[in-house]
Amino acid sequence: MRRERVPIPVAVLAAAGAAFFVLPLAGLLARTPWNDAARELITPVSLDALRLSMVASISATVVALVLGVPLAWIYARVEFPGRGLLRALTTLPMVLPPVVGGVALLLAFGRRGLIGAWLASIGVTLPFTTAAVVMAETFVAMPFLVLTVEAGLRSMDRRYEDAARTLGAGRWTVFWRVTVPLIAPSLAAGAVLCWARALGEFGATITFAGNFPGVTQTMPLAVYLLLESDHPQASFVLSLVLLAISVAVLVGLRHRWLGTA
Amino acid sequence: MTLEAAVQLRLGALDLDVALEIRAGEVVALLGPNGAGKTTLLRALAGLIPIARGHVRLDGALLEDSATASYVPTEKRPIGFVFQEYLLFPHMSVLDNVAFGVTARGASSAVARQKATRWLERVGLQELASARPSHLSGGQRQRAALARALAPDPRLLLLDEPMAALDASARTEVRRDLKRHLASFDGVRLLVTHDPLEAVALADRLIIIENGKLVQQGTPAEVTERPRSAYVADLVGVNLLRGVAGHGSVRTDGGHVVAAAGATSGEVFAVIHPRAVALHRQRPEGSPRNVWQGRADAIEIAGDRARVRVVGPVPMVAEVTPASLAELRLAEGSEVWLSFKATDVGVYPA
Repeated sequence: MRRERVPIPVAVLAAAGAAFFVLPLAGLLARTPWNDAARELITPVSLDALRLSMVASISATVVALVLGVPLAWIYARVEFPGRGLLRALTTLPMVLPPVVGGVALLLAFGRRGLIGAWLASIGVTLPFTTAAVVMAETFVAMPFLVLTVEAGLRSMDRRYEDAARTLGAGRWTVFWRVTVPLIAPSLAAGAVLCWARALGEFGATITFAGNFPGVTQTMPLAVYLLLESDHPQASFVLSLVLLAISVAVLVGLRHRWLGTA
Repeated sequence: MTLEAAVQLRLGALDLDVALEIRAGEVVALLGPNGAGKTTLLRALAGLIPIARGHVRLDGALLEDSATASYVPTEKRPIGFVFQEYLLFPHMSVLDNVAFGVTARGASSAVARQKATRWLERVGLQELASARPSHLSGGQRQRAALARALAPDPRLLLLDEPMAALDASARTEVRRDLKRHLASFDGVRLLVTHDPLEAVALADRLIIIENGKLVQQGTPAEVTERPRSAYVADLVGVNLLRGVAGHGSVRTDGGHVVAAAGATSGEVFAVIHPRAVALHRQRPEGSPRNVWQGRADAIEIAGDRARVRVVGPVPMVAEVTPASLAELRLAEGSEVWLSFKATDVGVYPA
C-alpha cells in the first residue's frame, strides 16, 4: 500500500471511532472479576443459561440447515414467478428489529395466532417453551445461512454436476457427493454465522418465548437479568463468554470477511 | 455398435441441425471453428441439453426421441464423457474420482476401488491414486479423466477438446497415449476438436460443422483433397473458390473467370494449392492461363516457406521460398503479379 499522509481531522475522528469500539470492550475486561470468574460461571442461573443457549442455538442451526439449504438451492437454481419477493421476505429478519419478529411469531404461533389457535386445539402450545426459543432464534438467524449458501451455490461450477451425471449419478448422489462437498466452505460459514446470530438472539426470544430460567432464559437474557440484580458480576462473566465466542467466530471466518491480510 | 443421431436445437445464437452416424470401429472427430456447435452437439448426445427435434439411438436403443417425447436421463445413458478441462472432482482423490462412476452405477465400493485401481494401472497413474487432482500435471489429469470416463464400461465415449487444456510441449506424447487408449476401447468414439492436426492424428473420419450445420465429412485424405468450405480450405492451407463451371473455366461467385482444365459444367469447387501459385514483379510472359495483378496483403514466413496473401480480383495465397521473396523485393503492401496454370486447378462438384 502507498504511504498516505493523514490529515489531522481525519486522524482524530478515526481515533475516536476506533476508541468507541475499543473502550466498551476494555471496560468489560477491566470489570470482569477474573479471580471469581469460574465460580460465577457455575452458579445455577449461569449454568442453566449456558446449557439452554447451547441447546437452543445448535438446534436452531440444525433447523436452519434442514430448511435453509433447500431454500437456498431453490433460490439459486429455480426460476419461478415471485422468487424475488419471497427471497426478500425470507431475508427481512436480517434488518427487522428482532422484537418485531417476536411479536410476529406470537401472532402466528401464539395461542390466538393464525396457526397457534389450531395448534392449541390439538394440544400443542409453543409460546414460552424451549421450542419457542429455537423458533425465535431460527427466525432471526436462518437468513444468514440461506444467503451464504445461495451465494456458494451460485458461484460453484455446475459442470462438475454434469460430469457426475455422465458418470451415472442421480440427483441425490450428485447433491451429496458433489454439490455439498464443493459448497462446503459456504455451508460451514453459513452455519457458523447462523449459530453466532442465534446465540446472541435477545429481542425475538424474550417476546415470543419469555424469560423463564431453565426453560427459555438464554445467556443474553440472563446477562440482562443479572445486570439488573444486586449481583451484576455474573453478567460480566457471561458477557465475556459471549465475547470470547464472537472473537472465535471472527477469527474462524476472517478469510471470508477480512480478506487474507 | 452404432450411434445414430439427428439433433436440432437452438441455444442462444446457435441454430444446431446435424445428423450423424458412427460405427464402433471408427474414431470420429467433430471439427469446426469456435461457436460452430461442437460442444453443444456433444452435450445434447449426453442428454445434458434437451433436443428440440430429432433422436439419439445407440445400438438400436432409443436414448431420446422428440417425436415420442422419450428421454433417457444423462445418468442412465451408457456414456463416458471427457470434459474440456477434465473436471476431476477436486475434493476426491484420483482413485475416488475413477471409482465414482462405478459406484454410481451400482457397484459396491470395494468392487469400484478394485476396478478403479486396474484402470489407474492401465493409464499409468497407480502411484498417484491417493493424490488430489490439483497435484497432477495436465497430461496426468487427462489420463485420469479418461480412466474415470471408461471405468463404468460405457458404450459411447465422448471427448470434448481433450487436448485443449495442455501446453504445446506435452501434446505430442499425450496425443500418442490418447490414440492408444482410444484404440483399445471398443465402443463408439466421438471427439470434438478445433485443431486439424489433432483431428487427423486421432480420427479415422472427420465431420466438419460450421454454424450448427454439417458441411463435410469423410476420411482426413478426402477432406484435405476436396475441401468444401472456406474454413476447411483454410485449415488445410489451400485456396478454395466456388463457382459455376463452363468448358475449361470456372466463373466465381464474384464474377471472375478462372481457367481450369478439368471444368465441365455445374456448381463446382475449384482448389488451387498455394505452391502452384507463382509471384512476379512484372506481368509474366508465357503460358500460364491465369494471370492477374494484386497487392501483397500479409506475408508469413515459417521455416523454409513464405506464405503471401494477395488481395485482388480473387484473394489467393501463394507459397514461395524466402529466397524468391527477397529476389522479388516483396513487402506487405507491394504490388505483385500472380499466375497459375489451368492444369493446377482441381475441380469437383459442389
